[in-house]
Amino acid sequence: MKRYVRAGRHAVVAAVTVMALALALSPSAQAVTVERVVSPGGIEAWFVKDNTVPLLAIEFSFRGGAVHDPKGKAGLANLTAALLDEGAGEMDSQTFQGVLQNLSIRLGFSASKDSFNGTLKTLNRNRAEAVRLLRLALTKPRFDADSVERIRTQIHSDIKRRSSRPGNIAQRTWRRAAFRDHPYGAPLSGTETSIQAITVPEMRAFAKQQMTKDKLVVGVSGDISKADLAALLDEAFSGLPAKGDQAPVAAASAASLGETFVVRRPVPQSTAVFGLPGLTRDDRDYYAAYVMNHILGGGSFSSWLYNEVREKRGLAYSVYSYLNPRKGAPLWMGSVATANARMGQSVDLIKAQILRMRDQGVSKDELENAKLFINGSFPLRFTSTDRIASILAALQFHNLGIDYLDRRAALINAVTRKDIARVSKRLLDPDKLIVTVVGDPEGIKPTAEPPDIDS
Amino acid sequence: MKSAKLFVCVGVTVFLSALAGPAFSKIFNPETFTLNNGLQVVVIPNHRVPVVTHSIYYRVGAIDEPPGKSGLAHFFEHLMFKGTKTLKPGQFSAIVARNGGRENAFTSHDYTGYYQTVAADRLEQMMRIEADRMTNLVLSKEDIEPERQVVLEERGSRVENNPNALLRESVGAALYMNHPYRIPIIGWAHEIRALSQKDIVDFYKRWYAPNNAILILSGDVTAAKVRPLVEKYYGVIPARALPPRPEWREPPQKAERRVVLKHKQVRHPAWSQRYLAPSYRFGDRKDAYALQILSEILGGGSTSRLYRALAVEQKIAAAAGAWYDPDARGPGTFSLYASPRPGTKVEELAAAVKTEIQRLLKDGVTETEVREAVVRLQDAAVFARDSIDGPAQIFGGALAIGLDVEDVESWPERIGAVTAEAVNRVARSVLGEVKPVTAVLLPDETI
Repeated sequence: MKRYVRAGRHAVVAAVTVMALALALSPSAQAVTVERVVSPGGIEAWFVKDNTVPLLAIEFSFRGGAVHDPKGKAGLANLTAALLDEGAGEMDSQTFQGVLQNLSIRLGFSASKDSFNGTLKTLNRNRAEAVRLLRLALTKPRFDADSVERIRTQIHSDIKRRSSRPGNIAQRTWRRAAFRDHPYGAPLSGTETSIQAITVPEMRAFAKQQMTKDKLVVGVSGDISKADLAALLDEAFSGLPAKGDQAPVAAASAASLGETFVVRRPVPQSTAVFGLPGLTRDDRDYYAAYVMNHILGGGSFSSWLYNEVREKRGLAYSVYSYLNPRKGAPLWMGSVATANARMGQSVDLIKAQILRMRDQGVSKDELENAKLFINGSFPLRFTSTDRIASILAALQFHNLGIDYLDRRAALINAVTRKDIARVSKRLLDPDKLIVTVVGDPEGIKPTAEPPDIDS
Repeated sequence: MKSAKLFVCVGVTVFLSALAGPAFSKIFNPETFTLNNGLQVVVIPNHRVPVVTHSIYYRVGAIDEPPGKSGLAHFFEHLMFKGTKTLKPGQFSAIVARNGGRENAFTSHDYTGYYQTVAADRLEQMMRIEADRMTNLVLSKEDIEPERQVVLEERGSRVENNPNALLRESVGAALYMNHPYRIPIIGWAHEIRALSQKDIVDFYKRWYAPNNAILILSGDVTAAKVRPLVEKYYGVIPARALPPRPEWREPPQKAERRVVLKHKQVRHPAWSQRYLAPSYRFGDRKDAYALQILSEILGGGSTSRLYRALAVEQKIAAAAGAWYDPDARGPGTFSLYASPRPGTKVEELAAAVKTEIQRLLKDGVTETEVREAVVRLQDAAVFARDSIDGPAQIFGGALAIGLDVEDVESWPERIGAVTAEAVNRVARSVLGEVKPVTAVLLPDETI
């Protein structure tokens, strides 16, 4: 950050990273061979053997996640995740962290709204100890009072720090407006108030119900034999309970459709977040929507939004859209940051592009080029063991099948202009667009008061 | 998203990527050759998947801008994505995308880099268009003006809207009294607005030449296979006389400086302290290795001295650490940072850091601390191999500031040769003697 200024043609990166797990699923059978390994104790992992470097990467997820944070306790899943490597078994936080550091074991946990995730990367020479620490973190986390308060304070500072960023305020306002009191309306790391309300017994109970074998998917890549991996899986995961009870969470339907909110802040540049209800990964139109979004505002430098807003008029450095196909509340989202005086113009242009997609659709060439990029860029996702492992976990998480990598190109290639027209008519309605703008924008008429995001 | 704890480790990440600059054992085993026109080529084989990162680094960055023309190197980098004699504006990126490639570019004070990552069988097409824009770029007013607005918006996003970045610009101006590192890479808004077409074209003609560039190919390639392609596309571009570069020096810094930003957008205070230090190219190079160990012991992660003392034991900091950046043509910087827990004043935090530094200067580090840090850093070199574009960035950055392949390849060895005595000596000479710049970020609570 300090020394580089990127041309940032991909300012999208941040947003896209969040989505990577969900989207990073493609083909290219020639790149890797996926194998299924089942341990004697019944733990299943999908595995790609790779002996380029003497190390091992394990990425795993449990279904569930922060969507189960109780009302008033937003941030529970996130805080629990942050504490799992802060001491376990006989080892207090400094001891546990000391072993991780000195053996260069990269162990970490994180929560998303719909998943609870772990990652382990280790050199082969420290593999046994790494797996022992993973098992301890999963089954005997300590939640010592000292560590809890230290990490709680760090998250609290982090919430405060981020709360001064216009993009963060715009995102949180959007979610609160769209989902109100539903867990999807709350921020992942909680609010300054909610995070103070979380207790250790609540974290213990959450961990126990969340980290269970029935919700677990595991992806592995690296330099290990299948037999050794099978034994390792039992060592790492067999101590988990078979099942956990998490009450089902009702799907959330978006409120505030068509509303525009402005949060006034004295900054020279405004940031807008916009979005509409989307579709889930198992929807028959998912691939059509994926290709459509790529052309409209997806990652490439040649998207319509990029061309109209940035390339032709220089209105913004970053403008993009993406699909968030999460199960309970799928969305199509986007963002733009532009000088206060020109925000109205930018939002109008974006709405015009949404209409253009709905009413005119895409050309034959545009569709062809999008497919070439989406399929051609696929092998680029297999360039490190942890990326491979996380794709393998995602394949299972989304129930895509072990042969998915072989099928994905055909699924993309099957999308027609008619499919894109259909899914555009279904999803893209500028009258329903929810827009939140943070800054001091001109040319934007708010239709309602922004919701309170700090309680 | 990252958990809060990972956030605290941001210092570590920055640090590791800094040392991931010039670094890393006889592990990458690259092949190198130089064309007759002076283009240096590095090939780093990695045959995991049929993918290659094709990147070119120019030894020109923000410090090479003429006086009053700040932001030129970076603005120009944006314009490299416009048209050439044979490609219309926008076609470059369209070709990359049609070939399933991902691309970007970046500008630092010292160099400018461009890269595409593509399936290995698309490499030739990337070479064709990258070599084309090294020499055939065409820039019209219609290309330049909208892009100028984009760059100003980029400045808005990165700096004007971000109190941290605003403070960083003031710190830079205080830290370097004379060296052009004091000027922000992205440039001052009023100077970006004033850059002319002639400024831009002159800059291109002056610096964009094969003898001022390094081509790095990382992934499913071998030197034998790619050399004919490199000759075909890059070998035909004539070398060009390069202008001399001033040898920038810093005068002795006699005064400690304190830079404070109170800002309405700030809700959480932060404190840091920056010291000018030797780098790989400035001062005694051996010191750069000892400083990496010092930084690791003092501030590398949750068991480091600063984090343990301030966050774990005294419970006054939410975050605390150190980082060091040796990767520069000019002076390096050694930094300490901390952010307070609620109820702690920034002054208390600063005093606690000072106590730790005094303890360090008085008692020194132990051999055990040094050995443990050495192993951690050497291990990081092994992890660095688990990537295609990472090694390209390591070699690109290193060679662009004037290191050679051997410097990178023998990094673990040189790190391994650092002694406690050397660490204590650099600790005294940097943290004990250099006058630092203290930077404080505070909420503005006036109404």
